[in-house]
Amino acid sequence: MNKTIHRRQFLGTTLATGAVAAAAGIGLIKPRLAFADNVPGWPAKAFDAKVLKDAMSNTIGKTQVAVSSKVKLTAPSIAENGGAVPVTIEIDSPMTADDYIATVYLFVDHNPTPLTSQFTFTPACGQAYIQERIKMAKTDNVRVVAKTNKGEFMASAPREVKVTIGGCGG
Amino acid sequence: MNLGRRDFLQLMGIAGAASFFSPGAAQSAWGADADPYEIPDYGNVTLLHMTDSHAQLLPVWWREPDTNIGVGPALNQTPHLCGKWMLDYYGVATPASNEYAYSCLDYDTLAHKYGKIGGYAHIVSLVKRYRAQRGDKVLMLDGGDSWQGSATSLWTKGADMVGAQNLLGVDDFVGHWEFTYGQDQVEHLVKTELKANFLAQNIFSNTWQELVFKPYHIHEVSGRKIAVIGQAFPFTPIANPRHFMPDWGFGIHTEHMQKMVTECREQHHVDLVVVLSHNGADVDKKMSSLVNGIDIILGGHTHDIMGPKPFMVNKTLIINTSTNGKILARFDLDVGKGKLNGWRFHYLPVFSNLIKEDAEMSAYIQKVRAPYKDKLAQPLAITESLLYRRDNFNGTFDQLICNALCEEMDCEVSFSPGFRWGYCKLPGETITMEDVMGQTAITYPQVTVNTYTGEEIKNIMEQVADNIFNPNPYYQQGGDMIRVGNIQYDFDPDEKIYHRCSNMRVGGKSISATKKYKVAGWASMKPVEGKPIWEVFAHWLQSKKQVRVDKLDLPALNKDMANNHGIAFPKSYDL
Repeated sequence: MNKTIHRRQFLGTTLATGAVAAAAGIGLIKPRLAFADNVPGWPAKAFDAKVLKDAMSNTIGKTQVAVSSKVKLTAPSIAENGGAVPVTIEIDSPMTADDYIATVYLFVDHNPTPLTSQFTFTPACGQAYIQERIKMAKTDNVRVVAKTNKGEFMASAPREVKVTIGGCGG
Repeated sequence: MNLGRRDFLQLMGIAGAASFFSPGAAQSAWGADADPYEIPDYGNVTLLHMTDSHAQLLPVWWREPDTNIGVGPALNQTPHLCGKWMLDYYGVATPASNEYAYSCLDYDTLAHKYGKIGGYAHIVSLVKRYRAQRGDKVLMLDGGDSWQGSATSLWTKGADMVGAQNLLGVDDFVGHWEFTYGQDQVEHLVKTELKANFLAQNIFSNTWQELVFKPYHIHEVSGRKIAVIGQAFPFTPIANPRHFMPDWGFGIHTEHMQKMVTECREQHHVDLVVVLSHNGADVDKKMSSLVNGIDIILGGHTHDIMGPKPFMVNKTLIINTSTNGKILARFDLDVGKGKLNGWRFHYLPVFSNLIKEDAEMSAYIQKVRAPYKDKLAQPLAITESLLYRRDNFNGTFDQLICNALCEEMDCEVSFSPGFRWGYCKLPGETITMEDVMGQTAITYPQVTVNTYTGEEIKNIMEQVADNIFNPNPYYQQGGDMIRVGNIQYDFDPDEKIYHRCSNMRVGGKSISATKKYKVAGWASMKPVEGKPIWEVFAHWLQSKKQVRVDKLDLPALNKDMANNHGIAFPKSYDL
């Protein structure tokens, strides 16, 4: 990250399941079931969705979002470890009071919980940039949807991450 | 074996045909008395490149594959060309002796005529000669997989090869199989023994995503700045066991490559950007279409003949330099201020019978082999067949390993990994312990017996097939298809995962999805207990005394593969 996001700020704006990101590792985020319905701000319904279509409807109210080159998703073509796939998300935005990225959603099409993580940003974040590790059980598409403060949506192109048994390297 | 003058002249023809000049310049024509390794001066920088020697200090037999199928955009493109297709593409079909350097045709006949290839004492002779000719204009670059593939490299944990690289004067080096000696050994050899720069722009610590090695080195040659960016094999922890390098993450990292190229050009004002790559040929091609500003990619990993003429993607020249010391590639470059003005390329087969051994390297090789001499020379069996490994599907050497696994482990099915290293033995030769190690010398050699259902067997084969035949190079790992013992199947490389293998049988009987089969294998991805494969294979060979391969467990390919230029002998696949 080029600009400093304070630890408190970062943890305060991260919601994740299936993400083995720093936040989960520190133990500040409890397992999903433990606080599924009773924590303010936790989009329980969205994280409970079992298929992508529902997860998208429950978070962004639609199932199709136009792809924008401003949303950059970096993920390996082949996962070294399906249990911790590094994903980097960077969204081109001025991050000013008038024009900033408010929310970022990360989906994995066929994960048990397709909405893998949801992040909330403020202009003070300075940059819409996330690096996290997610779980993937099998070869699947990873996709990002970003929402601006004006309620506009833009998506990354889906990125296929292959999860394979490996072996047999030349 | 002695080469007559006529043979020698024929070989000069090979080397002559192997030299192409940059567009506009006439192709080199060797005089009748010329020395095949004599190269006229050109330009102000010379890059010498070798790769994937797989620790073969001595000359070996190396047969090009008869099957190297290209799918999707790689269909019938170099390097997915075999036999006559390869010779035709590069326009080197005549004289007939060219077959030996670039194809699998008439292999054992031509091998007797032209002799073994490679050998560090021979390679270093050529390198010293070119250093003498070109002075300090020369950079010697090693594309990786130099520490693994032989008994002595395994037993010295790569140290014998580091000594050889130091004598060779390697300037920069990248890695793949090197990492299977474990992080600690790699760091030890790189920091305390190896004189070359060990470069990798695509290895990051798993904890902090920081670069583990130096990403590039900038050399000053003839007053020009030459950046060499290192690219390690991107899929090391997937193709090889991750537990050897638990803290290191790999990947292609195209964006980071672009960042490195831009940094070299804009911050360091380099005049030439070279990538020393262990991506494999198809990944190199794709990467160069996505990254701007690379002048030359010196490629390895896939062990391809991709000379004798460089392949161009946009403005990037790409080569692949074979394996086992077979080829020394030489680029002579005219590097101007901030740009490449011109180039000449020479793809030089290292015919060991034509090159005088370097005394210093010879003495070194004898010294490192001395403690193991008796063990290496132990005779095990005589082969009646040509034994080779490299091919998309079962080679004859792997068929023997698969047969040995079934018999020694009392299994109805066996698997052997689709490695692309492992040299050849000619009919009539004795297979020694050294030769067995030449097919098996890895740090995870344990033989295992597993019980798999038919469905699990198919899943394994489909997963491996997709690592080779996925039309997107970024999803390819660069090995070959898993070798099978006693499995018969139909195969369609153009299909998608889970649909390539069909009509699968075990011992001729249709495979059942739910039935359990006892399967022997080796090279497990997880730490396991078991006898090393070389012990099992050597024991089997000793009990046979005489071996031959009458039947290969090759798949029947779908009919539209009949004209695929990556297949030299379509009849082998019922085509």
